[in-house]
Amino acid sequence: MSENRVVLRVENLKKSFGDKEVLKGVSFDMNEGETKVIIGPSGTGKSTLLSCINMLVTPDEGKIWLEEEEVTSAKNINRIRQEIGFVFQDFGLFNHLTALRNVMVGLTKVKKVEKEKARELAMKELKRVGLEREAKMYPAQLSGGQKQRVGIARALAMQPKIILFDEPTSALDPELIGEVLSVMKNLAESGMTMLVVTHEMGFARTVSDEIIFMEHGHIVEQSAPEEMFKNPKNPRTKEFLFKLNELYGE
Amino acid sequence: MWVTLQITFLTLGLGLVLALPISFGQVYGNKWIKAFIAGYEKVLRSIPELVILFLIFYGFPRIGVRFSPFVAVVLGLGFRSSAYQSQIFRGAINSVSSAQMRAARSLGMTNLKGFINVVLPQAVRIALPPWTNEFTIVLKDSSLAYALGVTELLRQGGYIIATKYEPMLIYLTVAAMYFIVTLIINRGLGSVEKRLAIPGFDVKETVR
Amino acid sequence: MERMWKIVVENWPKLLEGLGVTLEMTMIAVVIGFVIGVILAIARVYGNKLFYGISTAVIEVIRGTPLLVQLFILYYGLPPLGVNLSPFMAAIIGFAINSGCYQAEYLRGSIQSIADNQMKAARSLGMTKRQAILQVIMPQALRRVIPAWTNEFIYLLKYTSLAYIVGAPELMAQAKFIASRNFQFFEVYLVVAIIYLVVVLFFTKLFSMLEKKVEIPGLEWVR
Ligand SMILES: Nc1ncnc2c1ncn2[C@@H]1O[C@H](COP(=O)(O)OP(=O)(O)O)[C@@H](O)[C@H]1O
Ligand SMILES: [Mg+2]
Repeated sequence: MSENRVVLRVENLKKSFGDKEVLKGVSFDMNEGETKVIIGPSGTGKSTLLSCINMLVTPDEGKIWLEEEEVTSAKNINRIRQEIGFVFQDFGLFNHLTALRNVMVGLTKVKKVEKEKARELAMKELKRVGLEREAKMYPAQLSGGQKQRVGIARALAMQPKIILFDEPTSALDPELIGEVLSVMKNLAESGMTMLVVTHEMGFARTVSDEIIFMEHGHIVEQSAPEEMFKNPKNPRTKEFLFKLNELYGE
Repeated sequence: MWVTLQITFLTLGLGLVLALPISFGQVYGNKWIKAFIAGYEKVLRSIPELVILFLIFYGFPRIGVRFSPFVAVVLGLGFRSSAYQSQIFRGAINSVSSAQMRAARSLGMTNLKGFINVVLPQAVRIALPPWTNEFTIVLKDSSLAYALGVTELLRQGGYIIATKYEPMLIYLTVAAMYFIVTLIINRGLGSVEKRLAIPGFDVKETVR
Repeated sequence: MERMWKIVVENWPKLLEGLGVTLEMTMIAVVIGFVIGVILAIARVYGNKLFYGISTAVIEVIRGTPLLVQLFILYYGLPPLGVNLSPFMAAIIGFAINSGCYQAEYLRGSIQSIADNQMKAARSLGMTKRQAILQVIMPQALRRVIPAWTNEFIYLLKYTSLAYIVGAPELMAQAKFIASRNFQFFEVYLVVAIIYLVVVLFFTKLFSMLEKKVEIPGLEWVR
């Protein structure tokens, strides 16, 4: 899995909203096939970081590369966004389209794939997330877990080089979280490169290759899960993990 | 201008006086009252304002009541406005959820107390934006008095044109005057709305 | 009652002709107004400062002044400047612009009621802003706004009665013509009132059937 080919490189990323500095110089790499989990208190800039990576939010300073291409200076950002999947906390499904159409729309309208071909590809991705029977349903007719799996299928259909997940299960009822995590686990095992903001420590421990702990716009610590859980170096990390543990009772 | 404002305020007042009992009847009345009111609203909302004006102007003399075009306009627009205002009030009362009333009752309030202390303060806030809108509609519809020969703003403009032939300039001036009054109404009631605003109690605005 | 029936029997071709013009004006104005409304709404929501400013000004001025005044400006105000419009044309143009501004506001409300995660999700797939508006925002906004449009159609249908004041040969004009010959003003206007009532109820019913047809679960109406 680890051929050490860098898919994503983030270098000294900074972003302020008004006079509030949200990202204060964040740097890390993602190798092909790697899964990294970002944890950290809320308001720390995790969502902002993900949004900067596909330029939904424009960073003030720093550079981002997707493979050989510099994202931060790209002329056609829409082409690059096709290669960066994004899974939203609130799903972001298009309410007027069925599950199948939600997965197809990026293919037909952005990638200009022919309709029949797009339908075929979309069905394949829906099957992959276990929703081929729900293809004709509208978002409002799906459960939260199903919606999020459609969201994942939609990202997958674009054949991205990396997928970013922003708290994909935190809007879900507890009994629905498992189905989404297991889809994500399968994805990780199939070699997809994934950057996941989540507080599901079970997922972080068993699936991720590395955990990044962020606080106040900085990366405080990043290390392999066993390392992070067994002996966190930074006292802040220790404290946060302890709180998480109290909350979720690992 | 003065006549226009008179028509507007009288119409709005008549509409308000009629609309309050109508909306209560629609919310709390029995089946027959509800059906009657629904019919009243439907008819008044389906017929053009002008036709209502003509019906009143030509209809009342038939039963021996004769009045000036001005009164006919106020009556006609007032009836029309009552149908719209009652719908605004009913919508506002209904949109305060029944859970609020239940909570009021649970504190030992009577129905009336609950209505006055809990439902009404919320309903007023909900009704204010559409009511502001209705205000400006009545102002604009007052121009229909033109058709019955009342010398309101628009007709006054016409008279001036008869003496100085500058229709574009004068009608634009007339339009500007309406616009300014509309602006004042919107701003004025808008600031009332702001003063009454409660955090977390958002009111969605409807247009026209 | 008898007299009313007589009016109908004696004058039905004129009434029908008037109703025809009324409906014709309403439909043409609603359709042109729709185009105007979509353009103004998009300009107001997504336009840059200039487009936002222009569309906001147009919408507010038109909505802040009486339709009748607008018709007078078109019909009496333009000829001295060398633009002569027939009553029918003046009325249509006036109605279309007026309706366009109201439709723009309905549509704006509808667009803004669509969560901004929809735009974000569309852009994250690599859609351009234009694609996102056309493929994602508008299909939802247009569906949601249908009930408001039903109202707008009814409003316009009623307001076309103003066109008789500038001399367009619609239902009210015919009524006035008939009444000026038989002097039964009340009866004639009562007949006209009933015609409007029936037509309005018919369209209300028709539109509510249409609403059901294009309904999508989870996309509730904006009224
Ligand atoms: N568009 C924005 N405008 C202004 N402030 C923002 C915006 N987006 C995020 N913020 C602020 O940036 C900080 C970090 O937010 P976010 O990235 O969402 O944190 P996290 O995802 O870690 O909870 C928060 O204080 C938030 O209020
Ligand atoms: Mg976040």
